[in-house]
Amino acid sequence: MPVAKMVGSNRIVQGGGIVHVLGDPDLPQEEEKQLRHEILRRAFEALQHTADKG
Amino acid sequence: MRVVHYLNQFFGGRGGEEAAHLTPHIQEGAVGPGRLFEQVLGAGAQVVRSIVVGDNYAAEHVESLSALAVQEVQQCQADLFVAGPCFAAGRYGMAAGALCQAVKAALGIPVITGMAVENPGVEMYRQEVYIVDSGTQVQAMRDVLTTMARLASKLANHQAIGQPREEGYMPQGILRDGFVAPSAAERLVAMVYAKTTGQPFESEFTPPTFVPVPAPAPVLDLSKARVALVTDGGLVPKGNPDKISPYAATNWGAYDISGRDDLHGEDYEVSHRGYDTRYVEQDPDRLVPVDALRELEKAGVLGKLHECFVSTSGLANPLANSRRLGREIAEKLKAEGVEAVILTST
Repeated sequence: MPVAKMVGSNRIVQGGGIVHVLGDPDLPQEEEKQLRHEILRRAFEALQHTADKG
Repeated sequence: MRVVHYLNQFFGGRGGEEAAHLTPHIQEGAVGPGRLFEQVLGAGAQVVRSIVVGDNYAAEHVESLSALAVQEVQQCQADLFVAGPCFAAGRYGMAAGALCQAVKAALGIPVITGMAVENPGVEMYRQEVYIVDSGTQVQAMRDVLTTMARLASKLANHQAIGQPREEGYMPQGILRDGFVAPSAAERLVAMVYAKTTGQPFESEFTPPTFVPVPAPAPVLDLSKARVALVTDGGLVPKGNPDKISPYAATNWGAYDISGRDDLHGEDYEVSHRGYDTRYVEQDPDRLVPVDALRELEKAGVLGKLHECFVSTSGLANPLANSRRLGREIAEKLKAEGVEAVILTST
């Protein structure tokens, strides 16, 4: 997040951690996939909205 | 000192915006600001040739124009190549920077130009070319040319070049060792003290500056959009077919995922030396979420998951190189009709 902000990315979604951006190995497989869905849902939301900072 | 000078149509006295398509016009001797430059450079200095080109022509023919500038400088046996000053004129600045860089690279003679900080040519060429800070006001022409002449003489005579602030040029991002009396701790405390008491101070390390990137327009209908996955986390097929370096990568790869509903660890590896890659190697969907996106594609949330994902290793990479990789990836995906990208970054 801090790096993405520093370089001026317009649409940033927080992932599940640096070493598993779209996952969490501590979760059971199905729940982990749910987490992926949730992060992607937020990414899609960001893509469909005007970014507030240029 | 023999000088070749590059000017745009306006400063070359060939007209305004209506003359922006002017093809290269080469003439002997100094033109416009070149005459003043000759004066401030002092006795023995002579602008032997001037190259005047329209801004649009220059922007559209950078490569052939660079070759032309190199050829002219060589023919004249010039000791110095000068472009501008360009003030805030963007196309002029971009051309001036490119030509200076080309002449310097081909012939190794000193080159100099001048621009305002906000000129796009600054960000592009400051690392390789001495760019004097001209400000935006053309009225400052004499002062700007004087600064350029002083720096150019030093370069031509192989004299030591001082700090950007002293010499009046844009910082090039170079760190030089030097001896100073107060210890680092003393300097640091002095800076903190100055900062907290509202006094001016100057940091010894300036972080790189990032040019604001305009936000692309939102995707209007995701259910019809082609979406691609890009990652800087270094996921590559087993064997790393494109030999993407695990740090300071100079290339990227595009890997087919059509027909895959899920990525399996046994098919992939990670070329990245900046994070613990075990979790991604166990299940690559943790970095490149093909399994979830495939389900969302089937459910109609997105139109189409692009046939390949793009990967590189985002570690210890100079900014200029990262920019190039980004530009190349964006060009490829745009050409393939991709409308949105999810970039997963470790």
